[in-house]
Amino acid sequence: MRHLLSPLDFSVEELSDLLDLANDIEKNPKKYAHVCDGKKLATLFYEPSTRTRLSFEAAMHNLGGNVIGFATADSSSASKGESVSDTIRIISCYADICAMRHPKEGAATVASLKSSIPVINAGDGGHQHPTQTLTDLLTIRSLKGRLDNITIGLCGDLKFGRTVHSLINALVRYENVKFVLISPPELRVPSYIREEVLKGFDFEEVTDLEHAIPKLDILYMTRVQKERFFNEDDYIRMKDCYILDKAKMRLAKDDMLVLHPLPRVNEISVEVDDDPRAAYFKQVQYGVYVRMALILRLLELA
Amino acid sequence: MLNVSGLKEGFVLDHIRAGKSMSIYHYLGLDKLDCQVAIIKNARSSKMGRKDIIKIECGIDVLDLDVLGYIDHNITINIIKDEKIVEKKTLKLPKKITNVIHCKNPRCITSIEQELPHVFVLTDEEKEIYRCMYCEEQYK
Ligand SMILES: [Zn+2]
Repeated sequence: MRHLLSPLDFSVEELSDLLDLANDIEKNPKKYAHVCDGKKLATLFYEPSTRTRLSFEAAMHNLGGNVIGFATADSSSASKGESVSDTIRIISCYADICAMRHPKEGAATVASLKSSIPVINAGDGGHQHPTQTLTDLLTIRSLKGRLDNITIGLCGDLKFGRTVHSLINALVRYENVKFVLISPPELRVPSYIREEVLKGFDFEEVTDLEHAIPKLDILYMTRVQKERFFNEDDYIRMKDCYILDKAKMRLAKDDMLVLHPLPRVNEISVEVDDDPRAAYFKQVQYGVYVRMALILRLLELA
Repeated sequence: MLNVSGLKEGFVLDHIRAGKSMSIYHYLGLDKLDCQVAIIKNARSSKMGRKDIIKIECGIDVLDLDVLGYIDHNITINIIKDEKIVEKKTLKLPKKITNVIHCKNPRCITSIEQELPHVFVLTDEEKEIYRCMYCEEQYK
């Protein structure tokens, strides 16, 4: 039995197979509509994340399966002090697979140690969120046709952005990926990413999106939160540099893709939404396909 | 030459960094064992200047000394039988250590679930880096 706790749990080959399966699901949804008949997914959400939870639930329903679970900690036994280990032992009796979201780092790992069903980490605090990374990889590979030989720009809050760190970790495994890290100096990627993960790889750190955008094949946008800045003036001075609008899109390649883990606030202007290069809503759809593929793999049904 | 006379069976932990013997005494749980323990502090050493030594009289399968590899892998373990050194062991860093060091990451699941064992895994042998098995935070 396998779990998915970190985006690097799958080797490059296993990942490639998983993405192939997701693409087959995309093309032949009918073929998979009943593969999970009679199976149950438990969504154990100790903190609310409606989009992630609905994506998992839609995935399971698309496969013909059912869903049980809770959406916040206060509606669960956790509010009565039950440990994650106890909860997962009990859920193992009810469901065939589970997706767990928890505010504390390592919670899904704790669950996996006592579980008799596969555990999917649906986010553990600021630590890992592997299905987001799988979604990003599937989106890039489906729309670009490859994960190697790309120049990817990661823009916004690169310091606290967990999705960005995971994506970098996942992409360094492919040939000839160039990273352009676009952020205010206050929000650069943490030193361990620069010194351990990106060591020996082709990367540059810049502060200006406008200058960087022409060379990018992928632009991965993230939110720059006001609270991350020391003072209001810095925030106001910086924030426009990290807002993607039509004017900046004019400088980009014709086949550049714009991704965003969503929800966005204002870092992508709505005027960009109708641009064919805007891929962030397609990304949501790929998120469902990749979760379907993942459920099938972990249940050993495909 | 290390004097081991008077020790029927047990261990002599030699080359302990001076001043560290008491913390090792606690790490090994010797305070809970009903056996004879001698602690020598600040012994003269040609190699180290000053060192500590611990002599423990007990069955040689009673104590798990692997954890010493984490605390100080320069310690030499002498295994004694019938007042003679029968084996000298040098220590390696253990791959995994349980409930010796504790995760200090306030965002770690161990911060709210007190009964979880604190397990650290050796992730970089060269740099001697241990990470919490749950949150992967490096122990410093
Ligand atoms: Zn921890």
